[in-house]
Amino acid sequence: MKSLISINDFNKEEMLQVLDLASAYEANPNQPLFRDKVIACIFFEPSTRTRLSFETAANRLGARVIGFSSLSSTSVTKGESLKDTLKMVSNYADMIVIRHSLDGAARFASEIAGCPVINAGDGANQHPTQTLLDMYSIRKTQGTLDNLSITMVGDLKYGRTVHSLLQAMSHFNPRFTFISCPELGIPQEYKDFLNERGIRYEEKQVLEGGFEQADILYMTRVQQERFQDPMEYERVKDLLSLNASMLNGTKPNLRILHPLPRVKEIAIDVDERPEAYYFDQARNGVYTRMGIITYLMNQ
Amino acid sequence: MENEETMDEKKKLKVSAIRNGTVIDRIPANELFHVIEILGLTNGDFQMTFGTNLESKVLGKKAIIKISDKFFEEDDVNRIALVAPDAKLNIIRDYAVVEKRQVSIPSEIHGLARCLNPRCVTNHEPVETRFTTRMSPNGLYLRCHYCEKETSGKNLQIISKNKS
Repeated sequence: MKSLISINDFNKEEMLQVLDLASAYEANPNQPLFRDKVIACIFFEPSTRTRLSFETAANRLGARVIGFSSLSSTSVTKGESLKDTLKMVSNYADMIVIRHSLDGAARFASEIAGCPVINAGDGANQHPTQTLLDMYSIRKTQGTLDNLSITMVGDLKYGRTVHSLLQAMSHFNPRFTFISCPELGIPQEYKDFLNERGIRYEEKQVLEGGFEQADILYMTRVQQERFQDPMEYERVKDLLSLNASMLNGTKPNLRILHPLPRVKEIAIDVDERPEAYYFDQARNGVYTRMGIITYLMNQ
Repeated sequence: MENEETMDEKKKLKVSAIRNGTVIDRIPANELFHVIEILGLTNGDFQMTFGTNLESKVLGKKAIIKISDKFFEEDDVNRIALVAPDAKLNIIRDYAVVEKRQVSIPSEIHGLARCLNPRCVTNHEPVETRFTTRMSPNGLYLRCHYCEKETSGKNLQIISKNKS
């Protein structure tokens, strides 16, 4: 029995296997392989995209879905512990998809449940299915995952999708450029991680073009609550915003990814550019999650 | 000659000798009580003596603990390496040192330290903490098995073994 809690739970071959399954599902989305299975989607905090795409993936695979989408409709409001809730749910379901506000809650869940667990986001820690759908989008748009130049912009300190994608892509000889303000720069432990593996990277503080060599521009949202001084947020937000004029002179294969929701870090005039891929990226989530469910069910 | 030996003995024995048991030497003076806590020595009925702020060439000020009729498993004693990486153990039988051991930092630590991430599940649910250790040029780091955040060994918060 295998779970997917952190992107590090999958090795390179397993990631590629999931991406191959996702490609097959994109070609033929309705595959009722798991008609006899029940999948519990238990979301202890709100989510739109992730929950709906998991439920769509489970339904397209023929599985029946149970669960809840907020704390208020559960016995947690009566004081039930996370452990007891999980024990109970794992008695009903063949697989659990969990989102929780506490870091590490998904790992804890996988140690309690008697069935495979998929982490659909645990606080600020991991969101591995987002990472796999990012990888799927990268491979689909670039034709390969190898030797790509990836520029990451925005909140590189707290952004869990940034950290997971960086770890996952480290298997494929990437070259990174990190663009962020000092307050939200890439943490030292991830620089150590890249240095240990001999992966090249550079750091910049202002987004002002200069990504002529980039294959992927990975934008993230700068959250206001990360700043003590609102004026500082206003200043930084503008320095890390992308507009269409910055895209002149870039490579034709450049694609812009964003885990969404987008606020103002990508100007509306970018949406019509051929490089904009963030809405297609969200659609890839269903196929990738079908691939993940299939891979784990078959273990 | 006899007098010189007596003087040496006095110099050495600032903490009284034990017949059988364990002597833990080279503990940084300010970590003495952490070591006592980590080893769960606060609730035993064995005899224990300790000295602190003793002069040490290696550490400046050191502490030493002598515990009668107490012998430790390697895994248990390695837990103190987090706060006392230079600690040395002498196993005593019939007043003689029969074995010397150096502690080493374990690759995994269970239930010893608190995760400093306030949003970590271990600080909200009844779950034992687990860390893997990593040595970097900046020193020791502990990576939480649950929230995957790293804590510097310098900021370690010990959970008493008796309470865990």
